[in-house]
Amino acid sequence: MLKSIQEINEKIRRGQAVVITAEEVIQAVAEKGVKKVAREVDVVTTGTFGSMCSSGAYINVGHSKPRIKFGGGVAYLNGVPTYAGFAAVDLFIGSNALPDNDPRNKIHPGEFNYGGGHVIEDMVSGKDIKLVARAYGTDCYPRKKLETYINIKDLNEAVLFNPRNAYQNYNVAVNTSSKTIYTYMGVLRPNMGNVSFSSAGQLSPLLKDPYYQTIGIGTRIFLGGGIGYVAWNGTQHNPNVKRGDNGVPVESAGTLAVIGDLKQMNSRWLRGMSWYGYGCSLAVGIGIPIPILSEEILSHAAVKDEDLYGTIIDYSSNYPNREPGTLGQVSYAQLKSGEIEIQGKKVPTASLSSYSRAIEIAGILKEWIQKGEFELTEAVAPLPGVDSGVSFKPLKERPIGEDYTNDGYF
Amino acid sequence: MAISRRVVLHFDKDIVGQSIVCRLAKDMDLEFNIIRAYVTPEEEGLLVMELSGAASNYEEGMRYLSQMGVVVQSLNQDVVRDEVKCTHCGACVNICPAKAFTVDMASRKIDFAGDKCVACGLCIKACPARAMEARF
Ligand code: SF4
Ligand code: SF4
Repeated sequence: MLKSIQEINEKIRRGQAVVITAEEVIQAVAEKGVKKVAREVDVVTTGTFGSMCSSGAYINVGHSKPRIKFGGGVAYLNGVPTYAGFAAVDLFIGSNALPDNDPRNKIHPGEFNYGGGHVIEDMVSGKDIKLVARAYGTDCYPRKKLETYINIKDLNEAVLFNPRNAYQNYNVAVNTSSKTIYTYMGVLRPNMGNVSFSSAGQLSPLLKDPYYQTIGIGTRIFLGGGIGYVAWNGTQHNPNVKRGDNGVPVESAGTLAVIGDLKQMNSRWLRGMSWYGYGCSLAVGIGIPIPILSEEILSHAAVKDEDLYGTIIDYSSNYPNREPGTLGQVSYAQLKSGEIEIQGKKVPTASLSSYSRAIEIAGILKEWIQKGEFELTEAVAPLPGVDSGVSFKPLKERPIGEDYTNDGYF
Repeated sequence: MAISRRVVLHFDKDIVGQSIVCRLAKDMDLEFNIIRAYVTPEEEGLLVMELSGAASNYEEGMRYLSQMGVVVQSLNQDVVRDEVKCTHCGACVNICPAKAFTVDMASRKIDFAGDKCVACGLCIKACPARAMEARF
């Protein structure tokens, strides 16, 4: 080990830490080599800004007079249903939630103009939010109805808690069918009319620490413009996938569950999204510092777009039907050039995550560390690694048969 | 009275744009200048053009187009980008038939060239940040 996290933190406190972004480190290594840069540089900052559907926030609105218990009842924020199955006044709002009366895809493709992600954006912007709740009433919580404006500044807690963010690599999407399809990978034109991808590539946090050597549970991060933490591995975390010679997964692999105080965040880095024909989501900005503890960690952090690959998946059949099969692999450098070739056909590409915002995040995090405002943390526990046995299992359906109709669910 | 108008013709994929335009020129004596022609993702044909000629002929041309099932949109609508809302993701880049969006290779920001825009409206719903707006 070249240095410890404690040593780096002491340098941060003295304002002497050498911090560069995951883009800048590529150039530095090309010029000076791994050995030298690993000794000179203390921290490499990463960043990503894109739609991260598995996101949400929980809030505690304080007790009304007389008291009400949302649990077992229903509660809406700006007309969007929340999860109210906790105790009295805790609520969780998910980014994909839609108002009950949203037409959804009844007229396909639906517009999805306002949903949970937009509620979170409005809340974090300091706008008043309409809370409407209905409860059944108890001796200790007699109230059955509550309609009020709430504002983030008055809430006891407002916490962003995203079960799956910052995917380590992601599918590259095309449509081989003869009609336009509307997906969470954007509008995909027929006959491979366009390709979309959604990873920051050489700036993306988990692509720069492919074996989770520094990013772990408890790691302090840039989250939505404020400070957050890695809470756990994300759902669908799948470390044991195909990896390139450089150790980097060539398909969707690791994920992070992240948490942080929503009150510190801002709407530049948390944006409600409306995906035509698909639904609502939340674009989240995440930046993670990588302490350069060894040459190996540095060489991983310095991998460039030319050496990072994504897998091309057909979203007209293979993806929806969960069938295996790909249309090959392509590097992020090729994807970012604006055009790739698939089966001899030249296809225009476009990103769905914002690389310019990713650059900005890596820059902000770098500045925070340089100014001594952000110290690094030692992971409390590692993320499940390649040998952990953790994998991403499909659902094995076991039909319920007769009983199904008797429960009155649908 | 001679007039000159910029219009966008929307036609079904079964209609052949070329022959319609020829009729406008031959039978209605309208001068035309095709600015752009595309096929949208929905496989609708789009023709952006400037039509000029006698006002009465222009009216006749419009009647002919509607008989043919062609929807005529006059180019008096503007599609603008809300710079605060735009996250520079890129979801619009390959949706726009007029190639009004381009990626700046250095900053990786998405440039919007309003002068190329033909106000077809496709980007309005395809932009997940709802940054593109129609102004009348
Ligand atoms: S899709 Fe919308 S947010 Fe994304 S670059 Fe285009 S205009 Fe900006
Ligand atoms: S309205 Fe949008 S998609 Fe249509 S031409 Fe203008 S910029 Fe392009």
